Amino acid sequence: MNKPFHSVTLDPDKCRGCITCVNRCPTGAIRVRNGKAKILAELCIDCGECIRRCPHHAKKAVYDSLDRLNEFEYKIALPAPALYGQINNLEDIDYVLTALKKIGFDDVFEVSKAAELISCYTRDLINSGKLKKPVISSACPAVVRLIKVRFAQLCDNVLPLLPPMELAAKIAREEAIKKTGLQSEKIGIFFISPCAAKVTDVKNPIGRDKSEIDYVLSIGEVYPPLISKMNKLDKVEPLSESGIIGVGWASSGGESSALFNEKYLAADGIEEVIKILEEIEDEHLYDLDFVELNACNGGCVGGVLTAENPYVAKARIQMLRKYLPVSQNHIDENADTSNVDWDGELIPEKTMMLSENIGESLRMLSEIDDMVERLPQLDCGACGAPSCHAFAEDVVRGYANENDCIFQLRDYIHNLVRSVSSLESLLPNKVRKENDDEN
Amino acid sequence: MDISYNVNGDDFTRAGEASSKFKKALKQVGFDAEIIRRVTIAMYEAEINMVIHAHGGVIDCKITPEKIELWFRDKGPGIENIDLAMKEGYSTAPDNVRSLGFGAGMGLPNIKKYTDEMKIETELGVGTTVYIAVNV
Ligand SMILES: Nc1ncnc2c1ncn2[C@@H]1O[C@H](COP(=O)(O)OP(=O)(O)OP(=O)(O)O)[C@@H](O)[C@H]1O
Ligand code: SF4
Ligand SMILES: [Mg+2]
Repeated sequence: MNKPFHSVTLDPDKCRGCITCVNRCPTGAIRVRNGKAKILAELCIDCGECIRRCPHHAKKAVYDSLDRLNEFEYKIALPAPALYGQINNLEDIDYVLTALKKIGFDDVFEVSKAAELISCYTRDLINSGKLKKPVISSACPAVVRLIKVRFAQLCDNVLPLLPPMELAAKIAREEAIKKTGLQSEKIGIFFISPCAAKVTDVKNPIGRDKSEIDYVLSIGEVYPPLISKMNKLDKVEPLSESGIIGVGWASSGGESSALFNEKYLAADGIEEVIKILEEIEDEHLYDLDFVELNACNGGCVGGVLTAENPYVAKARIQMLRKYLPVSQNHIDENADTSNVDWDGELIPEKTMMLSENIGESLRMLSEIDDMVERLPQLDCGACGAPSCHAFAEDVVRGYANENDCIFQLRDYIHNLVRSVSSLESLLPNKVRKENDDEN
Repeated sequence: MDISYNVNGDDFTRAGEASSKFKKALKQVGFDAEIIRRVTIAMYEAEINMVIHAHGGVIDCKITPEKIELWFRDKGPGIENIDLAMKEGYSTAPDNVRSLGFGAGMGLPNIKKYTDEMKIETELGVGTTVYIAVNV
Protein backbone atom coordinates (compact mmCIF):
# COMPACT_ATOMS: atom_id res chain seq x y z
CA MET A 1 0.00 0.00 0.00
CA ASN A 2 1.18 3.54 -0.74
CA LYS A 3 2.04 5.71 2.22
CA PRO A 4 -0.71 8.28 2.74
CA PHE A 5 0.20 11.75 1.44
CA HIS A 6 1.08 14.41 3.99
CA SER A 7 1.83 18.02 3.21
CA VAL A 8 3.98 18.39 6.32
CA THR A 9 7.42 16.99 5.57
CA LEU A 10 11.02 17.08 6.76
CA ASP A 11 13.99 18.63 5.02
CA PRO A 12 16.64 16.20 6.35
CA ASP A 13 19.53 18.49 5.40
CA LYS A 14 18.32 21.18 7.76
CA CYS A 15 17.22 18.89 10.61
CA ARG A 16 19.67 18.79 13.54
CA GLY A 17 17.76 16.20 15.53
CA CYS A 18 17.20 18.61 18.41
CA ILE A 19 13.80 17.02 19.36
CA THR A 20 12.02 20.40 19.67
CA CYS A 21 9.33 19.15 17.29
CA VAL A 22 9.14 15.74 18.99
CA ASN A 23 8.12 17.43 22.22
CA ARG A 24 5.65 19.81 20.62
CA CYS A 25 3.79 17.42 18.34
CA PRO A 26 0.22 17.20 19.71
CA THR A 27 -0.33 13.64 18.52
CA GLY A 28 3.15 12.34 19.43
CA ALA A 29 3.78 11.62 15.75
CA ILE A 30 7.49 12.48 15.55
CA ARG A 31 10.56 10.44 16.54
CA VAL A 32 14.20 11.28 16.00
CA ARG A 33 15.82 8.29 14.31
CA ASN A 34 19.42 8.30 13.13
CA GLY A 35 19.61 11.96 14.06
CA LYS A 36 16.65 13.08 11.94
CA ALA A 37 13.03 13.84 12.85
CA LYS A 38 10.88 11.20 11.22
CA ILE A 39 7.12 11.82 10.98
CA LEU A 40 4.88 8.80 11.60
CA ALA A 41 2.39 9.05 8.75
CA GLU A 42 -0.43 7.20 10.55
CA LEU A 43 -0.44 9.70 13.40
CA CYS A 44 0.32 12.98 11.64
CA ILE A 45 -2.70 15.29 11.25
CA ASP A 46 -0.87 18.04 9.33
CA CYS A 47 -1.62 20.66 11.95
CA GLY A 48 1.70 22.36 11.24
CA GLU A 49 2.81 22.74 14.87
CA CYS A 50 6.26 21.34 14.03
CA ILE A 51 6.63 23.86 11.19
CA ARG A 52 5.97 26.68 13.64
CA ARG A 53 8.30 25.29 16.31
CA CYS A 54 11.39 24.04 14.45
CA PRO A 55 14.25 26.44 15.19
CA HIS A 56 16.10 25.27 12.07
CA HIS A 57 13.19 25.57 9.61
CA ALA A 58 13.58 21.91 8.77
CA LYS A 59 9.85 21.19 8.70
CA LYS A 60 7.91 22.47 5.74
CA ALA A 61 4.55 22.20 4.02
CA VAL A 62 4.52 20.86 0.49
CA TYR A 63 2.07 22.48 -1.95
CA ASP A 64 1.79 23.06 -5.70
CA SER A 65 3.58 25.63 -7.79
CA LEU A 66 1.96 28.48 -9.75
CA ASP A 67 3.56 26.97 -12.89
CA ARG A 68 0.76 24.42 -12.84
CA LEU A 69 -1.44 27.12 -14.39
CA ASN A 70 0.15 26.24 -17.74
CA GLU A 71 -1.49 22.81 -17.73
CA PHE A 72 -5.02 24.15 -18.33
CA GLU A 73 -6.93 26.19 -20.84
CA TYR A 74 -9.24 27.78 -18.29
CA LYS A 75 -7.97 28.48 -14.79
CA ILE A 76 -10.11 29.32 -11.76
CA ALA A 77 -8.76 30.65 -8.46
CA LEU A 78 -10.52 29.67 -5.23
CA PRO A 79 -9.24 32.09 -2.59
CA ALA A 80 -9.73 31.07 1.06
CA PRO A 81 -11.20 34.04 2.96
CA ALA A 82 -8.03 34.15 5.10
CA LEU A 83 -6.34 35.66 2.04
CA TYR A 84 -8.25 38.92 2.55
CA GLY A 85 -6.79 39.26 6.04
CA GLN A 86 -3.27 39.44 4.60
CA ILE A 87 -3.87 42.78 2.94
CA ASN A 88 -3.58 46.11 4.72
CA ASN A 89 -6.38 48.68 4.41
CA LEU A 90 -8.49 46.50 2.16
CA GLU A 91 -11.91 48.05 1.70
CA ASP A 92 -13.13 46.07 -1.26
CA ILE A 93 -12.63 42.38 -1.96
CA ASP A 94 -12.96 43.11 -5.68
CA TYR A 95 -9.40 44.51 -5.66
CA VAL A 96 -8.08 41.11 -4.59
CA LEU A 97 -10.27 39.18 -7.01
CA THR A 98 -9.44 41.44 -9.97
CA ALA A 99 -5.72 41.16 -9.16
CA LEU A 100 -6.03 37.36 -9.08
CA LYS A 101 -7.24 37.53 -12.67
CA LYS A 102 -4.16 39.59 -13.52
CA ILE A 103 -1.73 36.97 -12.21
CA GLY A 104 -2.98 34.38 -14.65
CA PHE A 105 -6.43 33.16 -13.66
CA ASP A 106 -9.39 33.38 -16.03
CA ASP A 107 -11.95 33.46 -13.27
CA VAL A 108 -12.35 33.43 -9.51
CA PHE A 109 -14.79 31.70 -7.18
CA GLU A 110 -14.67 32.80 -3.57
CA VAL A 111 -14.59 30.01 -1.00
CA SER A 112 -16.51 32.38 1.28
CA LYS A 113 -19.42 32.11 -1.15
CA ALA A 114 -19.59 28.34 -0.68
CA ALA A 115 -19.13 28.86 3.05
CA GLU A 116 -22.38 30.82 3.16
CA LEU A 117 -24.16 27.91 1.52
CA ILE A 118 -22.60 25.44 3.96
CA SER A 119 -23.81 27.66 6.81
CA CYS A 120 -27.38 27.39 5.44
CA TYR A 121 -27.15 23.61 5.13
CA THR A 122 -25.68 23.32 8.63
CA ARG A 123 -28.47 25.43 10.14
CA ASP A 124 -31.11 23.25 8.46
CA LEU A 125 -29.42 20.02 9.50
CA ILE A 126 -29.06 21.07 13.13
CA ASN A 127 -32.70 22.18 13.25
CA SER A 128 -33.83 18.91 11.70
CA GLY A 129 -32.62 17.14 14.85
CA LYS A 130 -31.12 14.35 12.73
CA LEU A 131 -27.57 14.83 13.99
CA LYS A 132 -25.91 13.66 17.18
CA LYS A 133 -25.16 16.61 19.44
CA PRO A 134 -22.96 18.45 19.88
CA VAL A 135 -22.35 18.63 16.16
CA ILE A 136 -18.63 19.14 15.54
CA SER A 137 -17.60 21.23 12.54
CA SER A 138 -15.87 19.36 9.72
CA ALA A 139 -14.25 22.44 8.18
CA CYS A 140 -10.76 22.03 9.69
CA PRO A 141 -9.26 18.85 8.20
CA ALA A 142 -6.58 18.66 10.94
CA VAL A 143 -9.36 18.38 13.51
CA VAL A 144 -11.29 15.78 11.50
CA ARG A 145 -8.13 13.70 11.19
CA LEU A 146 -7.43 14.10 14.91
CA ILE A 147 -10.91 12.77 15.68
CA LYS A 148 -10.35 9.80 13.36
CA VAL A 149 -7.04 8.95 15.01
CA ARG A 150 -7.73 9.66 18.68
CA PHE A 151 -11.46 10.14 19.32
CA ALA A 152 -13.22 7.19 17.71
CA GLN A 153 -16.26 7.77 19.89
CA LEU A 154 -16.80 11.24 18.39
CA CYS A 155 -16.74 10.25 14.71
CA ASP A 156 -20.56 10.26 14.68
CA ASN A 157 -20.65 13.84 15.97
CA VAL A 158 -18.78 15.29 13.00
CA LEU A 159 -20.89 17.36 10.59
CA PRO A 160 -21.20 15.15 7.49
CA LEU A 161 -20.90 18.02 5.01
CA LEU A 162 -18.11 18.88 2.59
CA PRO A 163 -15.81 21.73 3.55
CA PRO A 164 -16.50 25.03 1.74
CA MET A 165 -13.44 24.73 -0.54
CA GLU A 166 -14.80 21.49 -1.95
CA LEU A 167 -18.30 22.84 -2.58
CA ALA A 168 -16.72 25.91 -4.18
CA ALA A 169 -14.72 23.67 -6.51
CA LYS A 170 -17.81 21.67 -7.52
CA ILE A 171 -19.90 24.73 -8.34
CA ALA A 172 -17.01 26.54 -10.04
CA ARG A 173 -16.37 23.56 -12.31
CA GLU A 174 -20.03 23.11 -13.25
CA GLU A 175 -20.37 26.81 -14.03
CA ALA A 176 -17.15 26.92 -16.05
CA ILE A 177 -18.17 23.93 -18.15
CA LYS A 178 -21.45 25.66 -18.99
CA LYS A 179 -19.83 29.00 -19.65
CA THR A 180 -16.87 27.87 -21.77
CA GLY A 181 -18.12 24.63 -23.29
CA LEU A 182 -14.72 23.13 -22.45
CA GLN A 183 -14.20 19.59 -21.25
CA SER A 184 -13.67 19.21 -17.53
CA GLU A 185 -9.98 18.25 -17.94
CA LYS A 186 -9.22 21.56 -19.63
CA ILE A 187 -10.46 23.46 -16.59
CA GLY A 188 -8.01 23.88 -13.72
CA ILE A 189 -9.30 24.58 -10.21
CA PHE A 190 -6.70 26.14 -7.87
CA PHE A 191 -7.39 26.49 -4.19
CA ILE A 192 -5.33 29.18 -2.44
CA SER A 193 -4.75 27.61 0.95
CA PRO A 194 -3.93 29.01 4.38
CA CYS A 195 -2.58 25.71 5.71
CA ALA A 196 -0.93 22.35 5.20
CA ALA A 197 -3.94 20.36 6.43
CA LYS A 198 -6.07 21.60 3.54
CA VAL A 199 -3.34 20.62 1.06
CA THR A 200 -3.43 17.11 2.49
CA ASP A 201 -7.21 17.10 2.43
CA VAL A 202 -7.18 17.76 -1.32
CA LYS A 203 -4.54 15.12 -2.12
CA ASN A 204 -5.93 12.56 0.30
CA PRO A 205 -9.53 13.60 1.02
CA ILE A 206 -11.80 12.61 3.89
CA GLY A 207 -15.53 12.30 3.26
CA ARG A 208 -15.21 12.04 -0.53
CA ASP A 209 -13.35 9.76 -2.90
CA LYS A 210 -11.62 12.45 -4.90
CA SER A 211 -11.28 16.21 -4.63
CA GLU A 212 -12.60 18.51 -7.35
CA ILE A 213 -9.61 20.76 -6.72
CA ASP A 214 -6.72 20.17 -9.13
CA TYR A 215 -3.90 21.99 -7.36
CA VAL A 216 -3.34 23.77 -4.07
CA LEU A 217 -1.33 26.98 -3.84
CA SER A 218 -0.17 28.71 -0.69
CA ILE A 219 -1.45 32.12 0.41
CA GLY A 220 2.13 33.11 1.30
CA GLU A 221 3.36 32.39 -2.20
CA VAL A 222 0.45 33.98 -4.09
CA TYR A 223 0.59 37.07 -1.90
CA PRO A 224 3.68 38.87 -3.37
CA PRO A 225 2.64 38.77 -7.06
CA LEU A 226 -0.92 39.56 -6.03
CA ILE A 227 0.07 42.68 -4.11
CA SER A 228 2.17 43.98 -6.96
CA LYS A 229 -0.78 43.63 -9.36
CA MET A 230 -3.21 45.14 -6.84
CA ASN A 231 -1.10 48.27 -6.72
CA LYS A 232 -1.36 48.71 -10.49
CA LEU A 233 -5.04 48.05 -11.19
CA ASP A 234 -6.63 50.56 -13.56
CA LYS A 235 -10.10 49.03 -13.41
CA VAL A 236 -11.72 46.95 -10.67
CA GLU A 237 -14.25 44.32 -11.73
CA PRO A 238 -17.34 43.73 -9.59
CA LEU A 239 -16.61 40.07 -8.81
CA SER A 240 -17.25 39.53 -5.12
CA GLU A 241 -20.43 37.74 -4.16
CA SER A 242 -20.05 37.05 -0.47
CA GLY A 243 -20.94 38.75 2.76
CA ILE A 244 -19.98 38.97 6.42
CA ILE A 245 -20.99 35.38 7.06
CA GLY A 246 -18.77 33.83 4.41
CA VAL A 247 -15.76 36.04 5.01
CA GLY A 248 -16.15 35.51 8.78
CA TRP A 249 -15.23 31.84 8.35
CA ALA A 250 -11.59 33.00 8.12
CA SER A 251 -11.33 33.36 11.87
CA SER A 252 -12.39 31.33 14.85
CA GLY A 253 -16.04 31.82 15.79
CA GLY A 254 -17.08 32.87 12.29
CA GLU A 255 -18.62 29.56 11.30
CA SER A 256 -20.51 29.38 14.61
CA SER A 257 -21.93 32.88 14.54
CA ALA A 258 -23.40 32.13 11.11
CA LEU A 259 -25.72 29.60 12.76
CA PHE A 260 -27.76 32.21 14.65
CA ASN A 261 -27.86 29.91 17.68
CA GLU A 262 -26.12 30.81 20.95
CA LYS A 263 -25.60 27.21 22.02
CA TYR A 264 -22.19 26.92 20.47
CA LEU A 265 -18.56 26.75 21.53
CA ALA A 266 -15.63 27.83 19.36
CA ALA A 267 -12.08 26.83 20.30
CA ASP A 268 -8.83 27.38 18.43
CA GLY A 269 -5.22 26.23 18.80
CA ILE A 270 -4.53 22.52 18.71
CA GLU A 271 -3.87 22.09 22.45
CA GLU A 272 -7.20 23.67 23.39
CA VAL A 273 -8.96 21.69 20.67
CA ILE A 274 -7.70 18.43 22.21
CA LYS A 275 -8.91 19.48 25.66
CA ILE A 276 -12.37 20.27 24.31
CA LEU A 277 -12.58 16.94 22.46
CA GLU A 278 -11.68 15.16 25.72
CA GLU A 279 -14.45 17.07 27.48
CA ILE A 280 -17.00 16.17 24.82
CA GLU A 281 -15.90 12.55 24.86
CA ASP A 282 -16.30 12.38 28.65
CA GLU A 283 -19.73 14.02 28.34
CA HIS A 284 -18.81 16.95 30.55
CA LEU A 285 -20.10 19.46 28.04
CA TYR A 286 -23.80 19.36 27.54
CA ASP A 287 -26.42 21.76 26.24
CA LEU A 288 -24.31 22.54 23.21
CA ASP A 289 -25.64 22.29 19.67
CA PHE A 290 -22.47 23.10 17.79
CA VAL A 291 -18.74 23.00 18.40
CA GLU A 292 -16.38 24.79 16.03
CA LEU A 293 -12.77 23.67 16.34
CA ASN A 294 -9.81 25.15 14.49
CA ALA A 295 -6.34 23.63 14.84
CA CYS A 296 -4.65 27.00 14.27
CA ASN A 297 -4.59 29.89 16.70
CA GLY A 298 -7.22 32.40 15.68
CA GLY A 299 -8.67 30.02 13.07
CA CYS A 300 -7.63 29.78 9.41
CA VAL A 301 -5.97 33.21 9.56
CA GLY A 302 -3.38 31.42 11.75
CA GLY A 303 -2.55 28.76 9.16
CA VAL A 304 1.13 28.01 8.49
CA LEU A 305 0.89 29.04 4.84
CA THR A 306 -0.28 32.57 5.59
CA ALA A 307 2.03 35.57 5.64
CA GLU A 308 0.51 37.79 8.32
CA ASN A 309 0.18 37.44 12.10
CA PRO A 310 -3.19 35.75 12.79
CA TYR A 311 -4.50 38.43 15.10
CA VAL A 312 -3.60 41.23 12.71
CA ALA A 313 -5.35 39.32 9.92
CA LYS A 314 -8.38 38.79 12.15
CA ALA A 315 -8.58 42.51 12.92
CA ARG A 316 -8.43 43.34 9.20
CA ILE A 317 -11.27 40.97 8.43
CA GLN A 318 -13.29 42.59 11.18
CA MET A 319 -12.76 45.98 9.55
CA LEU A 320 -13.55 44.65 6.10
CA ARG A 321 -16.93 43.47 7.38
CA LYS A 322 -18.27 46.98 7.68
CA TYR A 323 -18.32 47.27 3.89
CA LEU A 324 -20.15 43.96 3.42
CA PRO A 325 -23.77 42.78 3.41
CA VAL A 326 -24.66 40.00 5.87
CA SER A 327 -24.82 37.21 3.33
CA GLN A 328 -25.24 36.94 -0.43
CA ASN A 329 -25.87 33.23 -0.82
CA HIS A 330 -28.89 31.23 0.24
CA ILE A 331 -30.34 27.83 -0.46
CA ASP A 332 -33.92 27.19 -1.53
CA GLU A 333 -36.24 25.51 0.85
CA ASN A 334 -36.10 21.73 0.37
CA ALA A 335 -32.82 22.16 -1.49
CA ASP A 336 -31.11 18.99 -2.62
CA THR A 337 -28.20 18.31 -0.28
CA SER A 338 -26.50 15.62 -2.35
CA ASN A 339 -23.99 18.21 -3.58
CA VAL A 340 -22.70 18.80 -0.07
CA ASP A 341 -23.13 15.43 1.65
CA TRP A 342 -20.17 13.20 2.38
CA ASP A 343 -19.81 10.08 0.26
CA GLY A 344 -19.51 7.84 3.30
CA GLU A 345 -19.23 7.76 7.06
CA LEU A 346 -16.24 8.89 9.07
CA ILE A 347 -14.43 5.68 10.00
CA PRO A 348 -12.14 5.75 13.04
CA GLU A 349 -8.52 4.69 12.52
CA LYS A 350 -7.11 1.83 14.54
CA THR A 351 -3.71 3.43 15.04
CA MET A 352 -4.01 3.69 18.82
CA MET A 353 -4.70 -0.03 19.23
CA LEU A 354 -1.71 -2.14 20.26
CA SER A 355 -3.03 -5.21 18.46
CA GLU A 356 -6.19 -6.51 16.79
CA ASN A 357 -6.53 -9.07 19.56
CA ILE A 358 -7.62 -7.88 23.00
CA GLY A 359 -5.67 -10.56 24.88
CA GLU A 360 -2.49 -9.68 23.00
CA SER A 361 -3.11 -5.94 23.55
CA LEU A 362 -3.41 -6.56 27.28
CA ARG A 363 -0.16 -8.49 27.33
CA MET A 364 1.56 -5.63 25.47
CA LEU A 365 0.04 -3.04 27.78
CA SER A 366 1.42 -4.77 30.83
CA GLU A 367 4.80 -5.12 29.16
CA ILE A 368 4.76 -1.37 28.51
CA ASP A 369 3.90 -0.73 32.13
CA ASP A 370 6.75 -2.94 33.37
CA MET A 371 9.20 -1.26 31.05
CA VAL A 372 8.17 2.24 32.15
CA GLU A 373 9.07 1.18 35.69
CA ARG A 374 12.60 0.27 34.54
CA LEU A 375 13.07 3.54 32.65
CA PRO A 376 14.38 6.67 34.36
CA GLN A 377 11.10 8.56 33.70
CA LEU A 378 12.97 11.76 32.99
CA ASP A 379 11.41 12.16 29.53
CA CYS A 380 14.85 13.36 28.39
CA GLY A 381 14.17 12.69 24.73
CA ALA A 382 17.63 11.23 24.04
CA CYS A 383 15.98 8.11 22.61
CA GLY A 384 14.09 10.28 20.11
CA ALA A 385 10.64 9.68 21.62
CA PRO A 386 8.60 12.38 23.39
CA SER A 387 8.43 10.53 26.73
CA CYS A 388 9.58 7.36 28.49
CA HIS A 389 6.03 6.07 28.13
CA ALA A 390 5.99 6.67 24.38
CA PHE A 391 9.41 5.02 24.13
CA ALA A 392 8.20 1.93 26.01
CA GLU A 393 5.24 1.75 23.59
CA ASP A 394 7.63 1.97 20.64
CA VAL A 395 9.78 -0.86 22.04
CA VAL A 396 6.80 -3.12 22.71
CA ARG A 397 5.32 -2.36 19.30
CA GLY A 398 8.71 -3.33 17.85
CA TYR A 399 9.68 0.10 16.50
CA ALA A 400 12.55 0.75 18.89
CA ASN A 401 15.15 -1.15 20.87
CA GLU A 402 15.37 -0.93 24.65
CA ASN A 403 19.06 0.03 24.41
CA ASP A 404 18.10 3.18 22.49
CA CYS A 405 17.57 4.57 26.00
CA ILE A 406 20.96 5.85 27.14
CA PHE A 407 20.19 4.90 30.74
CA GLN A 408 19.37 1.35 29.74
CA LEU A 409 22.48 1.32 27.57
CA ARG A 410 24.59 2.55 30.49
CA ASP A 411 23.32 -0.29 32.66
CA TYR A 412 23.96 -2.71 29.83
CA ILE A 413 27.54 -1.53 29.39
CA HIS A 414 28.03 -1.59 33.13
CA ASN A 415 26.93 -5.22 33.27
CA LEU A 416 29.08 -6.05 30.29
CA VAL A 417 32.16 -4.51 31.94
CA ARG A 418 31.42 -6.43 35.10
CA SER A 419 31.17 -9.74 33.29
CA VAL A 420 34.35 -9.04 31.31
CA SER A 421 36.28 -8.27 34.47
CA SER A 422 34.89 -11.34 36.17
CA LEU A 423 36.08 -13.31 33.13
CA GLU A 424 39.54 -11.98 33.78
CA SER A 425 39.49 -13.47 37.25
CA LEU A 426 38.99 -16.85 35.63
CA LEU A 427 42.38 -16.66 33.95
CA PRO A 428 45.07 -18.89 35.54
CA ASN A 429 47.06 -16.94 38.05
CA LYS A 430 50.30 -17.17 36.13
CA VAL A 431 48.96 -15.74 32.91
CA ARG A 432 47.36 -12.87 34.72
CA LYS A 433 50.61 -11.93 36.35
CA GLU A 434 52.50 -11.89 33.10
CA ASN A 435 49.83 -9.64 31.63
CA ASP A 436 50.13 -7.26 34.52
CA ASP A 437 53.91 -7.15 34.16
CA GLU A 438 53.61 -6.18 30.52
CA ASN A 439 51.73 -3.04 31.47
CA MET B 1 -3.47 -6.74 33.40
CA ASP B 2 -3.43 -4.52 36.52
CA ILE B 3 -2.85 -0.79 36.78
CA SER B 4 -2.92 1.44 39.87
CA TYR B 5 -3.27 5.19 40.18
CA ASN B 6 -2.67 7.44 43.16
CA VAL B 7 -5.28 10.16 43.40
CA ASN B 8 -4.11 13.38 44.97
CA GLY B 9 -6.78 14.82 47.27
CA ASP B 10 -5.65 18.44 47.46
CA ASP B 11 -5.94 19.54 43.90
CA PHE B 12 -9.41 19.80 42.32
CA THR B 13 -7.99 21.12 39.08
CA ARG B 14 -6.06 17.88 38.53
CA ALA B 15 -8.98 15.61 39.39
CA GLY B 16 -9.80 13.36 36.46
CA GLU B 17 -6.20 12.62 35.49
CA ALA B 18 -6.39 8.95 36.40
CA SER B 19 -9.59 8.53 34.35
CA SER B 20 -8.06 10.14 31.32
CA LYS B 21 -4.91 7.98 31.54
CA PHE B 22 -7.04 4.87 31.93
CA LYS B 23 -9.18 5.92 28.97
CA LYS B 24 -6.06 6.04 26.81
CA ALA B 25 -5.06 2.55 27.97
CA LEU B 26 -8.54 1.20 27.14
CA LYS B 27 -8.34 2.74 23.67
CA GLN B 28 -4.95 1.08 23.17
CA VAL B 29 -6.39 -2.28 24.15
CA GLY B 30 -9.04 -1.78 21.51
CA PHE B 31 -12.27 -2.10 23.50
CA ASP B 32 -15.51 -0.92 21.92
CA ALA B 33 -16.15 2.82 22.11
CA GLU B 34 -19.34 2.21 24.10
CA ILE B 35 -17.54 0.10 26.75
CA ILE B 36 -14.84 2.74 27.07
CA ARG B 37 -17.49 5.42 27.39
CA ARG B 38 -19.27 3.64 30.26
CA VAL B 39 -16.06 2.86 32.14
CA THR B 40 -14.63 6.36 31.85
CA ILE B 41 -17.81 8.14 32.88
CA ALA B 42 -18.18 5.92 35.97
CA MET B 43 -14.48 6.12 36.81
CA TYR B 44 -14.43 9.88 36.53
CA GLU B 45 -17.35 10.23 38.96
CA ALA B 46 -15.76 7.89 41.51
CA GLU B 47 -12.37 9.59 41.14
CA ILE B 48 -13.93 13.01 41.72
CA ASN B 49 -15.75 11.69 44.78
CA MET B 50 -12.45 10.53 46.24
CA VAL B 51 -11.04 14.01 45.73
CA ILE B 52 -13.95 16.12 46.95
CA HIS B 53 -15.27 13.91 49.75
CA ALA B 54 -12.27 11.84 50.92
CA HIS B 55 -8.88 13.61 50.42
CA GLY B 56 -7.85 11.28 47.60
CA GLY B 57 -6.87 7.61 47.63
CA VAL B 58 -5.82 4.78 45.35
CA ILE B 59 -7.54 3.28 42.30
CA ASP B 60 -6.74 -0.32 41.37
CA CYS B 61 -7.80 -1.47 37.93
CA LYS B 62 -7.98 -4.99 36.59
CA ILE B 63 -8.58 -5.54 32.91
CA THR B 64 -9.32 -8.87 31.27
CA PRO B 65 -10.82 -9.49 27.83
CA GLU B 66 -14.17 -10.23 29.56
CA LYS B 67 -14.40 -7.64 32.30
CA ILE B 68 -13.05 -4.32 33.52
CA GLU B 69 -12.98 -3.97 37.32
CA LEU B 70 -12.04 -0.99 39.45
CA TRP B 71 -11.56 -0.49 43.20
CA PHE B 72 -11.53 3.03 44.62
CA ARG B 73 -10.04 2.95 48.11
CA ASP B 74 -9.90 5.99 50.35
CA LYS B 75 -9.27 6.79 54.02
CA GLY B 76 -11.89 9.53 54.11
CA PRO B 77 -14.81 10.12 56.48
CA GLY B 78 -16.90 7.23 55.18
CA ILE B 79 -20.55 7.38 54.09
CA GLU B 80 -23.18 7.52 56.82
CA ASN B 81 -26.14 6.23 54.84
CA ILE B 82 -25.41 4.46 51.56
CA ASP B 83 -29.04 4.31 50.44
CA LEU B 84 -29.36 8.05 50.88
CA ALA B 85 -26.05 8.71 49.14
CA MET B 86 -27.24 6.66 46.16
CA LYS B 87 -30.33 8.88 45.73
CA GLU B 88 -30.32 11.25 42.79
CA GLY B 89 -29.77 14.79 44.03
CA TYR B 90 -28.41 13.88 47.47
CA SER B 91 -25.15 15.67 48.15
CA THR B 92 -23.12 16.90 51.10
CA ALA B 93 -20.68 18.78 48.89
CA PRO B 94 -19.61 22.09 50.47
CA ASP B 95 -20.22 25.42 48.73
CA ASN B 96 -16.67 25.86 47.41
CA VAL B 97 -17.01 22.54 45.59
CA ARG B 98 -20.46 23.40 44.27
CA SER B 99 -19.15 26.62 42.81
CA LEU B 100 -16.88 24.45 40.62
CA GLY B 101 -19.92 22.68 39.23
CA PHE B 102 -19.82 19.54 41.39
CA GLY B 103 -22.38 18.58 44.00
CA ALA B 104 -25.49 17.83 41.93
CA GLY B 105 -25.72 14.52 43.75
CA MET B 106 -25.63 12.63 40.47
CA GLY B 107 -22.25 10.92 40.76
CA LEU B 108 -23.14 7.67 42.52
CA PRO B 109 -26.47 7.21 40.63
CA ASN B 110 -24.59 7.65 37.34
CA ILE B 111 -21.93 5.15 38.36
CA LYS B 112 -24.73 2.67 39.02
CA LYS B 113 -26.34 3.45 35.68
CA TYR B 114 -23.19 2.94 33.61
CA THR B 115 -21.80 -0.20 35.27
CA ASP B 116 -22.87 -3.84 35.50
CA GLU B 117 -21.85 -4.22 39.13
CA MET B 118 -21.34 -1.74 41.94
CA LYS B 119 -20.58 -2.27 45.62
CA ILE B 120 -19.79 0.19 48.37
CA GLU B 121 -18.05 -0.78 51.60
CA THR B 122 -17.67 2.00 54.08
CA GLU B 123 -16.94 2.66 57.72
CA LEU B 124 -17.35 6.02 59.37
CA GLY B 125 -14.00 7.60 60.20
CA VAL B 126 -12.11 4.79 58.48
CA GLY B 127 -12.78 5.07 54.77
CA THR B 128 -14.69 3.85 51.77
CA THR B 129 -14.11 1.32 49.01
CA VAL B 130 -16.22 1.56 45.89
CA TYR B 131 -16.04 -1.44 43.56
CA ILE B 132 -17.36 -1.27 40.00
CA ALA B 133 -17.29 -3.67 37.08
CA VAL B 134 -18.25 -3.41 33.43
CA ASN B 135 -18.65 -6.59 31.39
CA VAL B 136 -17.12 -6.49 27.95
N1 LIG C 1 -15.67 8.45 48.67
C1 LIG C 1 -16.58 9.05 49.45
N2 LIG C 1 -16.32 9.30 50.76
C2 LIG C 1 -17.23 9.91 51.55
N3 LIG C 1 -18.45 10.30 51.12
C3 LIG C 1 -18.78 10.06 49.85
C4 LIG C 1 -17.88 9.44 48.94
N4 LIG C 1 -18.49 9.34 47.75
C5 LIG C 1 -19.72 9.88 47.89
N5 LIG C 1 -19.91 10.32 49.15
C6 LIG C 1 -21.14 10.93 49.71
O1 LIG C 1 -22.22 10.59 48.88
C7 LIG C 1 -22.86 11.77 48.42
C8 LIG C 1 -23.42 11.55 47.04
O2 LIG C 1 -22.34 11.34 46.11
P1 LIG C 1 -22.56 11.68 44.58
O3 LIG C 1 -21.32 11.42 43.87
O4 LIG C 1 -23.80 11.01 44.13
O5 LIG C 1 -22.87 13.25 44.62
P2 LIG C 1 -21.87 14.45 44.82
O6 LIG C 1 -20.46 14.00 44.69
O7 LIG C 1 -22.20 15.15 46.08
O8 LIG C 1 -22.25 15.38 43.60
P3 LIG C 1 -21.87 15.13 42.05
O9 LIG C 1 -21.27 13.77 41.96
O10 LIG C 1 -23.15 15.24 41.29
O11 LIG C 1 -20.89 16.19 41.72
C9 LIG C 1 -21.81 12.83 48.52
O12 LIG C 1 -22.32 14.12 48.60
C10 LIG C 1 -21.07 12.42 49.78
O13 LIG C 1 -21.77 12.82 50.92
S1 SF4 D 1 12.76 20.75 15.56
FE1 SF4 D 1 12.54 18.69 14.67
S2 SF4 D 1 12.81 19.04 12.45
FE2 SF4 D 1 13.61 20.85 13.48
S3 SF4 D 1 15.81 20.43 13.71
FE3 SF4 D 1 14.82 19.82 15.64
S4 SF4 D 1 14.43 17.60 15.33
FE4 SF4 D 1 14.84 18.44 13.28
MG1 LIG E 1 -19.85 12.86 43.04
